[in-house]
Amino acid sequence: MLLNFKEIKTNLVRDRYLYLLLIPFLAWYIIFAYKPMYGLQIAFKDFSVYKGIEASPWVGFEHFESFFKSPYFWRLLKNTVLLSLYQLLFAFPVPIILALLFNELKNGVFKSTVQTFTYLPHFISVVVVAGIVTNFLAPSNGIINILIEMMGGEKQYFLTNPDYFRTIFIGSMDIWKEAGFGTIIYIAALSGVNPALYEAAVIDGANKWKQMWHITLPAIIPTIAIMLVMKVGSMLEVGYEAIILLYQPATYEAADVINTYVYRSGLQDARYDLATAVGLFNAVVGFILVVFANKMSKKLTDTGLW
Amino acid sequence: MKKTRGEKLFYIFNCVFLGSIALLALYPFVYVLSASISSSDAVVTGKVILLPKDINFDSYAKVLSEKGIWIAYLNTFYYTIFGVMANLILTICGAYALSKKRIVGRTAISFFIALTMWFQPGMIPMYLNFRDLNMLDSRFTIVIGFAITTFYVFLMRTFFQGIPEELEEAAKVDGANDLTILWKVYLPLSKAALVTIGLFYAVHRWNGYFWTMILLSDESKVPLQVLLKKLIVEMNVNDEMGNMALYSKETIIYATIIISIIPIVAAYPFIQKYFVKGTMIGSVKG
Repeated sequence: MLLNFKEIKTNLVRDRYLYLLLIPFLAWYIIFAYKPMYGLQIAFKDFSVYKGIEASPWVGFEHFESFFKSPYFWRLLKNTVLLSLYQLLFAFPVPIILALLFNELKNGVFKSTVQTFTYLPHFISVVVVAGIVTNFLAPSNGIINILIEMMGGEKQYFLTNPDYFRTIFIGSMDIWKEAGFGTIIYIAALSGVNPALYEAAVIDGANKWKQMWHITLPAIIPTIAIMLVMKVGSMLEVGYEAIILLYQPATYEAADVINTYVYRSGLQDARYDLATAVGLFNAVVGFILVVFANKMSKKLTDTGLW
Repeated sequence: MKKTRGEKLFYIFNCVFLGSIALLALYPFVYVLSASISSSDAVVTGKVILLPKDINFDSYAKVLSEKGIWIAYLNTFYYTIFGVMANLILTICGAYALSKKRIVGRTAISFFIALTMWFQPGMIPMYLNFRDLNMLDSRFTIVIGFAITTFYVFLMRTFFQGIPEELEEAAKVDGANDLTILWKVYLPLSKAALVTIGLFYAVHRWNGYFWTMILLSDESKVPLQVLLKKLIVEMNVNDEMGNMALYSKETIIYATIIISIIPIVAAYPFIQKYFVKGTMIGSVKG
């Protein structure tokens, strides 16, 4: 032990510059990532801005209880879970399918042009996408309603109708904006497949469909698994920064999720302690989900995040 | 390899299908651009569907005559330039140190920072933390408070680990210390990776709106995205007023959108390959 200590000391001196680099780095994590974790305790306190975190009295699980009992709880939980399930069901497979189709194209101008165009929306901010969506769907003179009317249909109040919210949100923010760029990671995995495998398959008489099923798909299963674990890990986040740009009281019924509620009650109504408790609930469930998903992925496909 | 008829048919269908997808991805840009240079009348009555009608630049003149947009534009450049500098410096510091196996407590530190990816305290404790630190409404907060994205630290660390150790040993023999080695050996060899990660950070910075909206209240400090958000929300609130003046809100919003995305779209053809590469480095590591 003593010897070990001595050894560490000489190492510290020898590698002093490396540790010097670590100081600002770790200081950042302590100040901006871990200090807020210390602040999480106000979820269990009757927090007063004037008293500060330490001096505010403990109230146990009071905020959690009032959240679970509030009429919003089930609606928020349902909306959060439904929105992420729909994202998983409708948005998650799109880049995989697109990547498989891209993979069938011959390399050339057409392929690279098509890819360039589909990646582009990823680089546009959620604010701009929300701006385009609201203007395209505007009831009186949005282009979508104009087209609907041209084809003899009736104008729709898309953005005030809760029935349309999930479709609009997932369609714009998850599919239009991200599906194209999302293909890159799968294309990378596909490019690693040994071409000899396909040649051998052709000799064995396997058609395109069989090649895809037995060679291409297995090659990207680990990537799909990793992406799935990451998706499950952020399931309860559901892109609230984008939701607050597109929802309005008329659509809260379908659009209000846990994090948008945290935003409204915490940052707009300044009920910090309650909002922290709700956020903590969200974070804990999210953490359990990612650990669980990682375990499952390791068991089923031998790949995981850690 | 000879192709069967079915395969040829599939190929054609695939080209048509993916071509349509690409056009669908592109269409909103074309429409927004066309509408922004059309007359309000043509836009509001639905005459603009693909190409502009009654081409004019009134909306741009109107938008660019507002002082606010210039200030917001400069702010966005400020946050992007200084923000990315802070991002890169801190990311390099951590990633380089953690790429060396001889660092004591390397696994513990990696765990300590990885945990922040999967368990986040949430927006309220973060907001209160900034307030306790007296960092509200300051440009410095935006630059420093969001200086590290843990994922990119791991990406950069993986990259540093891929550089042969022999280079480090040779430099050591020549009497160089760790800082000199990082500066003279590792960073020059990591240019491509640094550009990639810098660009990832830059897009975050350019497009970020949520925290700047929450932390900045002084209008002279807000970036473009926050201004745009206000414009879209407030103009939609005013929608029912029905003022059909010289400028419709649509053309103004579309012109502002175009102005805000021009730098990204202009740079995009040149930077695209870095994003593709960067995503691939990430995928190899997993």
